Amino acid sequence: MSISPEVLVALALFFILLFSVWGRNNPRRVFRSIKAFKELQRNIELSVEDGSRLQIGLGSGGLLGPQSAAAFAGLTLLRQVADIASDSDQPPIATTGDGALMLLAQDTLRSTYRRLGIREQFNSKLGRVTGLTPFSHAAGALPLILDRSVLGSALIGSYGNEVGLIAGASQRANGFTTGGSDRLSTQAILFAAADEPLIGEEIYATGAYTNAGAAHQASLRSQDLLRWILIALLIITALAPLFEGSQIVQ
Amino acid sequence: MRTGIRAPVSTAVAIAVGFLVLISLLIPGLEDLRNQILNWAILLAAIALLLGLANLFQVHFNKVRDREKPVYSSILLVAMLVTFGLTLWQGSQGDVPKWIFNNLQLPIETGLMAVLAVSLTIAAARFFQSRSDLMGFVFIGALFIALLAAAPVFGLELPIFTQVVGPIINSLSISAARGLLIGVGLGTLATGLRILLGADRPYGG
Repeated sequence: MSISPEVLVALALFFILLFSVWGRNNPRRVFRSIKAFKELQRNIELSVEDGSRLQIGLGSGGLLGPQSAAAFAGLTLLRQVADIASDSDQPPIATTGDGALMLLAQDTLRSTYRRLGIREQFNSKLGRVTGLTPFSHAAGALPLILDRSVLGSALIGSYGNEVGLIAGASQRANGFTTGGSDRLSTQAILFAAADEPLIGEEIYATGAYTNAGAAHQASLRSQDLLRWILIALLIITALAPLFEGSQIVQ
Repeated sequence: MRTGIRAPVSTAVAIAVGFLVLISLLIPGLEDLRNQILNWAILLAAIALLLGLANLFQVHFNKVRDREKPVYSSILLVAMLVTFGLTLWQGSQGDVPKWIFNNLQLPIETGLMAVLAVSLTIAAARFFQSRSDLMGFVFIGALFIALLAAAPVFGLELPIFTQVVGPIINSLSISAARGLLIGVGLGTLATGLRILLGADRPYGG
């Protein structure tokens, strides 16, 4: 038993549209608590109160492949953090190892500043490339953390093993670190090195957990439902040989 | 001049191009169109790489100008200009750019890899100190068993780990990895569809 990619795409599209309309205002529909997002929210508020800065790392995965989805989750977080902290003394800073992501980060920040009516405070240095290879990106991000220029780091993007250097530096500087990636080895590193790691698909829930809009909540619900459908199919497929030849199947 | 129509136009272009690529994957005969669009995207990514380089230069130039740790930034700027100039002159396969890559960039990145190994060992030790919950014990236990199963300890191979426990842990980790990958795949699909629907606009439109 299998689902073709076309059917999976059509199902996901249907569920996103369905959940965008159905049950969006139902107060009983709440997502499970994820500690990383709670702590991140606390650190955003703390940074606004004490005038310190947060770093949003977008990784160096680029936009020409499936790894771009993780970076888009990071951009969503950047927009939400900028919405809250843009007019503080130390607005959030976005770091990346990819030129196209730098442009998107600057564009995201610029549009947020414009929407908040503080366009004149925007500075293109707030969205910067710290290096153009994964390790040089990490090395370039280290001074920001070790100089205590940032209170905490949210590393949401397509990172590789180099994320261990950034998270390790953040630990040494007693800064808060959360992070998630689309790569399993990076998730394992973050599990050990970050204060609050995002494991598996939690990174794609960033928008829904930071109130980025109804579409993010609808897509998270559709993800959950599709996952249950796939789990059911896997169990049925695994159990099917047991019933082969029995009366139930006949 | 600001026309006020930039955001809707950029949104419409992004959605239209996204749908064209998606449709070309589902309907045979549209491969040429898809390849053309992807070639444009690759070209734009190359231009964005140059802009990223310019941003890196600008940030460090400002640091030198503002006397904010100027030594490191000066070294970076000189190295960047020399490498960029020589690569333009000789091409990426030229003798000097290849020498720079093999004798400077490669050893430095390998050195960072070594630092990473130490950094992760310290992180694992701190992890054990700070998180003494069930998942912490599972993580540390799995780490030790995987290490014992993967490599002999002081030259002494322990069959219980290499032949019995190791394969069990291996199959458990493969199952878990597949579960995580299903989640990542669904998340990627949902993100892509959200952007195609224009509900998520990472381009500030």
